[in-house]
Amino acid sequence: MPQPGYHAPETVQQAIALLSKEPGARVLAGGTDLIVQMRSGRIASPLIVDLKRISGMIGIRASGDGFAIGAATPCTALKKDAAFAAAWPGVVEAANLIGSVQVRNRATMAGNLCNASPAADSVPALIAAGATCLIAGPSGERELPVEQLATGPGRTGLATGEFVVELRLPARPKGGGDAYLRLIPRTEMDIAVVGAGAALVIDAAGTCTAARISIGAVAPTALLVADAGAALVGSKFDDAALGRMGEAVRAACSPIDDKRGTISYRTDMAAVIARRAVAIARQRAGEAN
Amino acid sequence: MNAPEAKSGFRHVGTRPVRPDGIDKVTGKAIYSPDFVAPGMLQGAILRSPHPHARIRSIDTSKAEALPGVKAIVTADDFPTLKSLMVTMGESAGNIIHVSRKCMAQGKVLYDGHAVAAVAATSAVIAAEALKLIEVDYEVLPHVIDIDEAMQPDAPLLHEDMVTEGVQPRPDKPSNIPTYVSKTKGDVAEALGRAAAVVEGRYSMPMVHQGYIEPHACVASWNADGQANIWCSTQGAFVVRMLTASVLGISQADIRVTPLEIGGGFGGKTTVYLEPVAMLLSRKSGRPVRLAMTREEVFRASGPAPGVQIDFKIGATADGYLLGADLSMKYNVGAFPGNGVQVGLITALYHYRFESFAMHGWNVVTNMPGIHAYRAPCAPQVNFAVESAIDELAYKLGIDPIELRLKNAVVPGDPGFTGGTLGEIGFVECLEAAKAHPHYSAPLGPNQGRGVAASYWINAGGPSVAAVSLAEDGSVLVTTGSPDIGGSRASMAIMAAETLCIPYEKVRVTIADTSAIGFSMVTGGSRTTYATGKAVIEAAETIISIMKARAAGMWGVDVADVAWGDGEAICLDPAKDNQRLPIGKIAARMNNTGGPISAEASVNPHDYLPAFGVHICDSEVDPETGQTTIVRYTAIQDVGRAIHADYCEGQIQGGAVQGIGWALNEAFIHDKAGRLDNPGFLDYRVPVCSDLPMIDTVMVEKPNPAHPFGVKGVGEVPIVPPLATVANAVSRAAGVRIRDLPLSPDRVYSAIKSKG
Repeated sequence: MPQPGYHAPETVQQAIALLSKEPGARVLAGGTDLIVQMRSGRIASPLIVDLKRISGMIGIRASGDGFAIGAATPCTALKKDAAFAAAWPGVVEAANLIGSVQVRNRATMAGNLCNASPAADSVPALIAAGATCLIAGPSGERELPVEQLATGPGRTGLATGEFVVELRLPARPKGGGDAYLRLIPRTEMDIAVVGAGAALVIDAAGTCTAARISIGAVAPTALLVADAGAALVGSKFDDAALGRMGEAVRAACSPIDDKRGTISYRTDMAAVIARRAVAIARQRAGEAN
Repeated sequence: MNAPEAKSGFRHVGTRPVRPDGIDKVTGKAIYSPDFVAPGMLQGAILRSPHPHARIRSIDTSKAEALPGVKAIVTADDFPTLKSLMVTMGESAGNIIHVSRKCMAQGKVLYDGHAVAAVAATSAVIAAEALKLIEVDYEVLPHVIDIDEAMQPDAPLLHEDMVTEGVQPRPDKPSNIPTYVSKTKGDVAEALGRAAAVVEGRYSMPMVHQGYIEPHACVASWNADGQANIWCSTQGAFVVRMLTASVLGISQADIRVTPLEIGGGFGGKTTVYLEPVAMLLSRKSGRPVRLAMTREEVFRASGPAPGVQIDFKIGATADGYLLGADLSMKYNVGAFPGNGVQVGLITALYHYRFESFAMHGWNVVTNMPGIHAYRAPCAPQVNFAVESAIDELAYKLGIDPIELRLKNAVVPGDPGFTGGTLGEIGFVECLEAAKAHPHYSAPLGPNQGRGVAASYWINAGGPSVAAVSLAEDGSVLVTTGSPDIGGSRASMAIMAAETLCIPYEKVRVTIADTSAIGFSMVTGGSRTTYATGKAVIEAAETIISIMKARAAGMWGVDVADVAWGDGEAICLDPAKDNQRLPIGKIAARMNNTGGPISAEASVNPHDYLPAFGVHICDSEVDPETGQTTIVRYTAIQDVGRAIHADYCEGQIQGGAVQGIGWALNEAFIHDKAGRLDNPGFLDYRVPVCSDLPMIDTVMVEKPNPAHPFGVKGVGEVPIVPPLATVANAVSRAAGVRIRDLPLSPDRVYSAIKSKG
């Protein structure tokens, strides 16, 4: 019987070498998607490369003014890092909506990103926050905005031998606030029907000076909706600006009809959830001023 | 919880002692069916159809047989040909041919996941690999999932030889409608013509699943001499024995079925899917064989509850008296004829005094797994329609919904559901308790709505055997054949201790295998505490008689001069100074005074009473998203008398939660190819803890005079009212009537949007 090989390299270079040798190799961080997909027969990988023994893969460290999060850092650890949790509460909340506590003790944001589900909860929050991912591979390192990693459901632009080493987030800007909300039929243990992330900056007068709005589960990948952010900049979040923001979100939606939601419901809800996320982000931004 | 709370006149009945099986269960020591291991055991696996409807042209197992480690392969060819035979499976009856075909498809596959072959191998990995090597040649046939489509004359036929029973003259053409039933009283059209208000609507809900945590699993070992052992998780070891023996055509006494601990059944574990297959694999391989379903297999290939489509028209006088009900029920029973609408007919309308009614019902087969019992089987579906319409009628007439129900509620002496008259039922008492409950008059917040619904369940009696014996120290052993699915070990211990007037901890309860005690019907139908309880009480009373006789002998007095009280024999002969002999002293000397003290009671009681429940729900609907929050929930129920108060309340809460699940999100979803699209708990959405408030319970106690302690069945009726209770609450909160379940956010949102 074919059994997948398992390796736990101790350096990034060893991991790259292993992944380069076997194009079907899969990276294991928390394994909460990978192991489930292997058990269900959805994927059959000949080689598993576990990142957790590589130095720096688990934990959050200061990087310049901002933060670098190792690829194998579990979601629950994000909550325990006071500085990070204070800077990006929306990201921390998004990551801690995934699965159950037991799942989150293993699951990682980098894994959530590389699994490339359109409904991944942490991804819209990371996109809104302006996060990037550092990718290591046979031809060296490269840094990519998070919204550019996934190319379709279950697909990423990672080349053979490449893997995400860390996620990088900037410092929270002055007057900044972020939020992520999702809509699910239950209260937890579910997959987003719609998700929306918002990161805003407001000045002392309450005017929006920067805004990044992202949506999940309504397109083949999580999206940064530039028009939605632009609709808010310069406004004080009046109904007209929020209405334009919602329309931009709706226009960006291209969801599918499936067991988790219809096209029309998802599109309508994307605008509703985005507006609610903006309200929370705005409040956080206001508290920061 | 677990704090003693003695009821007046009783020593143990109504208290809350710790359950005797609790420690093993919470520490993981209890042996559930997937835990059981037999020496030399092989691992089995089942190949299942990817098609909802197909003819099996051929099955080639040669490559799989050649795989090292494969010890046996079974297909339909290994099953004996059976003659049509109706058998009783606890709460329902079924044809043994269909039982066999649910274990293994014969000629045709009738649903996605239908078993077509099975393998036993030295490891689970090899067994899974062997399944991939089995080549099945299918002729894919058109399939049908929808009730209306299945009833069309040109619909794909599941069973070419099936004609509708209950229609005169007998149809000459086959159809997908196995059963038609009807019942009428008076002239409905005339009565509805006089009505001051009429409500009419079509109600529907999809197929749903019991969702027990523990998947079906068993180990079977069939020896060359014909004798066999089966270890499995079941609500009835005797039904496993009977069905397995009948499917395989062997003697029942050759099969010893040992019921292991059960991780939920809710009616779904009162039949067999795996046991005959494991038996055949064991006979072929000469080794014990384990078969265990995955969660996906449970959803695709066990016995869910029927989906329905119901047309209902109901009318009342201006002051709220029910005049007529016109009810048409279609039950989707899945791939095989089942007990669907037959039960709908007797659980629909009989809680109210309708002047007239006309009920018509059809079972419809479709390419979905065949239905099986699920907690008050087939009653919640029709109750949803009836209690939704009653609610609409109340609002239309401007009458309080509980008041309207009180005006029409049946009382003792009214006609019974299946003939005779109703006994000491507690429906009015439940309605009065609901009306008086603070919940019913509490203020509601914005976007909130309150719903009420009422229902009944027939309950059951039937055969049970219990044995009671004394250990030499006077402690007591109770043995039954009733698997413990809801705390019945504790209830049996309480009833034995109450009868014998001894401490609860002095009684220990064992659930025996089928070769160790006489027949008991399944744990189901809310019958166990009532019927098996009667057997335990009767056996304990016999023990008292024996002990009194032994004491009389020890004292040299007439047995008429011996009484029993406080766990001891009391000598009434004044010449003997009112001497006392405690149970321990009688037991210590029993082998010198006549031998072991033991007694067995076989009972078959039918003086059970139906259960009534009234539920109240407050829901809050998010008008922008259609999401529903259950804000407050109260379940009121006539329990007769609670034996173990915690487990009565637990049953009421559990039933309410399952019903809330049906109401809010649960549904079998099939894709266009007829495959189940949500065979897992991610997308088959049972409620999680955070979805629910604390379910408040109110136990109304109107004892059953035919049971020594007043027991009525408790476990099933609480799943019946929640569907309409929640739908009524959500319809109020949303400001629009919704007649289709589940009330998923997108459906509620669409309804809100459509009202403009």
